[in-house]
Amino acid sequence: MALRLRLLAWSGAALLIAGSQAVLGHAAASLAPDGWTAHEITLMKTLHISALADKEPDPSNAYEARQDAAALGKKLFFDQRLSANGRISCASCHSPEQQFQDGRPLGIGIATGKRRTMPVAESGRGAWQFWDGRKDSLWSQALGPMEDAAEHGGNRVAYARVILEHYRRDYEAVFQALPASEGWPLAGGPNGTVAERAAWENLTPLQRQEVSRVFANMGKAIAAYENTLHFAPSRLDNYIGAVTGLPSAAPGVLSSSEKRGLRLFMGKAQCISCHAGPLFTDQHFHNTGVPPRLGSRPDPGRSAAIDTLLRDEFNCLGPYSDARRDQCTELAFLAANDPHMVGAFKTPGLRNAAQRAPYMHAGQMATLEDVVRHYASAPQAVIGRNERQPVQLSASEVSDLASFIHTLDSAIEERAPGTRFPGAFKDR
Amino acid sequence: MFSAKRILIAAASLGLAACAMTALPDRLDLRTTRATADGQFQVSIHPLVQVVPVNRIHAWEIEIKTPAGTPITGATIGFDGGMPQHMHGYPTQPRITAELGNGRYRLDGVKFSMTGWWEMKLQIRAGERSDQITFNTIVTEPAKG
Repeated sequence: MALRLRLLAWSGAALLIAGSQAVLGHAAASLAPDGWTAHEITLMKTLHISALADKEPDPSNAYEARQDAAALGKKLFFDQRLSANGRISCASCHSPEQQFQDGRPLGIGIATGKRRTMPVAESGRGAWQFWDGRKDSLWSQALGPMEDAAEHGGNRVAYARVILEHYRRDYEAVFQALPASEGWPLAGGPNGTVAERAAWENLTPLQRQEVSRVFANMGKAIAAYENTLHFAPSRLDNYIGAVTGLPSAAPGVLSSSEKRGLRLFMGKAQCISCHAGPLFTDQHFHNTGVPPRLGSRPDPGRSAAIDTLLRDEFNCLGPYSDARRDQCTELAFLAANDPHMVGAFKTPGLRNAAQRAPYMHAGQMATLEDVVRHYASAPQAVIGRNERQPVQLSASEVSDLASFIHTLDSAIEERAPGTRFPGAFKDR
Repeated sequence: MFSAKRILIAAASLGLAACAMTALPDRLDLRTTRATADGQFQVSIHPLVQVVPVNRIHAWEIEIKTPAGTPITGATIGFDGGMPQHMHGYPTQPRITAELGNGRYRLDGVKFSMTGWWEMKLQIRAGERSDQITFNTIVTEPAKG
């Protein structure tokens, strides 16, 4: 009985597939002059920018879609007073002129960091932030560098003082009345110098909570600003639009090499397995055998971030989150002991990647060709296990894949909360 | 219940996925109702959503019976699995969050981070009986954001 049903199922499936290919094949014949198969057309549609769904709300940040919060967040993002030396802002590494990153192998703030600066546009769509996912929201992420000695190098009492002095009206219009700073030291925080930590301990629990609340709200405002940063349509979007009939901002043309690269990307080279969807990322962590920057001290990546994440007072379950407990599903079902996470790092999105050399989590590779050759050879990992298998790619195929990545270049646009696409896409 | 329609859908999904990325092994068993490895239990599994999403946490229902068809209540169910072809596990740690009665259990926290072949492994213990089973699922929905 079971066998007969299975056979029936298979013949039915074959009919279904043949039917869908016939229809798509017909559409492709009239719309796709470059010989794309029905299946390739289906995959291309998943990469088009209009496939970007509405961002799922972050229940831990009740202010993330507010215009006034975004306006305040933008000011904070560029404010160099929010640093130990008065010369570092978020924009120092996340430079708007460079797709909100810095083009360096390792970020440089007060000192040199351990990893590559990540870009900002659409970054709120992943469940986890940073290369190792040690933060579970955009607002909580924004707070990390501020108290990191190598980055902004400051402390939350000093930051709260900046808000009291320079942003009182903006802050109170979005959040609540600011606390009184009576009894606060000039500097203090739980992650600072010995003196700053001592000063922090001298505050009452209520004072510490009030300062931390202001600090958390700074992150929520910065996240609201970051949520306004979006990718404009790229040449690839326009090309896919032209080929598949999806909305298009302009006529799309790709070179022969770029088209060959796109075909490899979706097929033989299997890039699309992880670099999936309109942002070209599965938002997850993978060990791809990238050589550590320091071979003697390999970076354990995701596996070392779990404890940090769970202990974080600014996570979804913490006292500064706006979420109900049952809304923190990512933490509730956190994979805390997955052996595959040793040496694993987040899949970066590829929009504008051609403009973001050097590559990998510590800028280990100088060019896109280096990256493609690395994935093709799939070397043994120094720490953990490389999940990729080798793929044979010729020199011209490597070059085609690298040139394809250039078709993902586009401007970063700031759009008011709730506006996802430019005018050309509004009718969809 | 052993549904021919469900198999049709699963098999059709397999066909589409097979021409996509990594080739799937031959004769992948996609049945959603099967006996456990040592025949101790009869297990059915199905998602509690219309379309299985990529990158979003959702729940499945597991139904456990004796080989004779009697519902098994009070079972302890462990969950494991991942993508054998990519050598990674689930991005989440799914677990049973509720017993729904009549041998049915809610498996919550399931998240597929990419399309392709996923294994869903259940370790089931009920009284003196203990057995395990691996279901195969092909996830085909395009990734969103």
